[in-house]
Amino acid sequence: MRLFKLVSLIVLVALVLSACAAPTAAPAPAAKAEPTKAPAAAAPAATGGDLKVAVLAPLSGAVPTFGVMTRDGALLAIEEWNAKGGVNGKKIVPIVEDSQCTPDPAVNAANKVIDQDKVKFIVGEVCSKASIPISEIANAKKVIQISPTSTNTDVTVMKDGKVKDYIFRACFIDPFQGKVGAKFATENLKAKTAFLLLDQANDYVKGLSEEFEKAFTASGGKIVGKETYTAKDTDFSAILAKVAAAKPDVIYLPDYYNIVNLAAKQAKEKGITAPFLGGDGWDSADLDLKAAAGGYFTNHYSPDSTAPEAVAFMKAFKDKYKGATPDALAALAYDATNLLLNSIKTAGSDDTDKVKAAMEGISMPGVSGKITFDKQHNPIKAATILKVTPDKVVFDSVVNP
Amino acid sequence: MAQASISQKSSLAARRPGARFAWIGQGFLLLLALGVVYILVTSFLKDPMLFAQVVLSGLQLGFVYALIALGYTMVYGIVRLINFAHGDVFMVGAFVSYYAVARFQLHLWPQLVLKGLSPGAAVVIGSVTVMLLSMLVCMALAVVIERVAYKPLRDAPRIAALITAIGVSFFLEYYGALNFVFSPRFIPYQRPFEVVTFYVNNGIHQLQPGQAPPSGSLLFSNIFLIIMVASIGMQVVLQYLVRRTKIGKAMRASSVDKATARLMGINVDGIISFTFALGAAFAGLGGVLYAIAYPSINTLMGVLPGLKAFVAAVLGGIGSIPGAFVGALIMGQAEALTMGYISTPMRDAVAFTILILVLLVRPRGIFGEPEQEKA
Repeated sequence: MRLFKLVSLIVLVALVLSACAAPTAAPAPAAKAEPTKAPAAAAPAATGGDLKVAVLAPLSGAVPTFGVMTRDGALLAIEEWNAKGGVNGKKIVPIVEDSQCTPDPAVNAANKVIDQDKVKFIVGEVCSKASIPISEIANAKKVIQISPTSTNTDVTVMKDGKVKDYIFRACFIDPFQGKVGAKFATENLKAKTAFLLLDQANDYVKGLSEEFEKAFTASGGKIVGKETYTAKDTDFSAILAKVAAAKPDVIYLPDYYNIVNLAAKQAKEKGITAPFLGGDGWDSADLDLKAAAGGYFTNHYSPDSTAPEAVAFMKAFKDKYKGATPDALAALAYDATNLLLNSIKTAGSDDTDKVKAAMEGISMPGVSGKITFDKQHNPIKAATILKVTPDKVVFDSVVNP
Repeated sequence: MAQASISQKSSLAARRPGARFAWIGQGFLLLLALGVVYILVTSFLKDPMLFAQVVLSGLQLGFVYALIALGYTMVYGIVRLINFAHGDVFMVGAFVSYYAVARFQLHLWPQLVLKGLSPGAAVVIGSVTVMLLSMLVCMALAVVIERVAYKPLRDAPRIAALITAIGVSFFLEYYGALNFVFSPRFIPYQRPFEVVTFYVNNGIHQLQPGQAPPSGSLLFSNIFLIIMVASIGMQVVLQYLVRRTKIGKAMRASSVDKATARLMGINVDGIISFTFALGAAFAGLGGVLYAIAYPSINTLMGVLPGLKAFVAAVLGGIGSIPGAFVGALIMGQAEALTMGYISTPMRDAVAFTILILVLLVRPRGIFGEPEQEKA
């Protein structure tokens, strides 16, 4: 029996390894196949030659679903532009590479598209740990990179605090969610008082919480209490007794779903009726909907969004990919690609210095809201607020910063 | 007797070179105790209701710790082994009940089989079945662990058995974390029955879902009552078993001297297995109740409750059954009051500070007998 398990384990490991190794070769033909399809769709007027855009996405490795959604979102945007005649009279040729959400393959892919394919524009990567090394190369070689979904601040900013000139992103960074959460609390929920629950050891939680506190007090709200816990805690009763005594209008708990499940459930059992508020850490299939019901959290995008851009994107995506529902990754990749192509159009050339300047001044309605960039090349845009009900998570509203 | 212990202490003091500075340590402890009393009294006077609420949540924790601590102390009493895998048996208990309820709907069987049963009785029978199943699985697991990992080391140095216990603990934690076992995720726990909250405010009322209790009321839940009853009940059962039954007599005999007990015709190996099984049954029950009270389970959920129950057993005097109970209640209060009046992240630090203080000041604990190390 033990021998059997050992053998099956070895087989399993071998399978996983081979699965990891194989796709490095596979995406290359896929990448070549895409451009040959594109010209057929982009018949109208593409006279001024080609404009190459690289899409770097983790098509294999730990998070392949992220990669597929990102690629599909980006390719949809490129196809739409080509159907309208390309950009500045040039046909857009996508070059898709698998960067595996890992630094090494990401660097190889970046070097390949920049040195061999002579690409000047990159959409990608998904993961911050892959986007950061790509950004080093791209910035040094004056190649514009826009990451759809990497939230780490270091993607667009160097270690010494200087902004990387040619690097942008299409998603908001973590602390921004705190700001939006506070705005939602004061304006939509009419909250006057808030109670903060936070894990001091978690940078994500701390970042959101600090921004929430700043924005909430700035808009006239009062923080009536602040309690810390650790990620291992299961018993929140003493904390919640204090919450109940403080009677806040909202409770801000920007942690991951596992903590939310415990704290929100115990709060309900203690008769605490104030709604919980959180960030995209709540976004999980394992969120206990009954426990968190009545709560809200900030997120990048919702498939239920009613904005015209979002509805149009939803329809186009479903038409192109046989009914697949786009998630936040696809939406952000679509937005990132559109931001890039719009900037190239505004700049009137593919000179990266001009495109960079155009990108810094852009104001574009995207699927995930109207987008402009701040000084650190992070987008300033609306956040989607999702509401938790006992059966599912539903779209609530869009909040502009 | 008192005379003897004093003279023993003074002879010890004479031998230790640093003993003349012992008053510094005692003074420090006194200051610490005064500080704690001051904090408690002022916070009680400030808001007696909140204080009572915090004490209640401490009682709930303490009763769960008591269930786990009994297993530590019984096993130590008989084989002089700190069974560090005990906290992970507790985790397995929680997971067994999770699978029984969420996957196999075991808690619903009375409604399907015994028609015409009142819904209340059906829920009680179903939940008790789930708890019994968890206890049985944990008993079997503990017996297997004892036979496979500890029995071959019965005559080895104690440190070898201790390290093996740590190894078994890690095995359960990380084997459990494999995707085809329990997976490393935090799993929302599905309860076999609904938790109902009551509030005390001019009589006891049931809190309706979505209703805020009137201010100044004291809240408690049915799970708190169940944990309290189970913990006290198990304590009584165990006292009866150890003091009044034949097998209890055999346990006590084995704990004093295994070789002689064997000569008297006692099946010592059987008694040891029985002790492990009994401790594991309590831990399994504790696991189910803990998961119902704090409904998110994970393969590492047993580590901290296990360690704190261990501290409780040491505090009460390891090897002493009433000691484990009292120690656990003290630990529960220490933790809840720390959370309520100092800060939540301090709770673990306080728990382990208690361990250090006990080991420094009174290593044999509150109820413990002076250690008689065999030569």
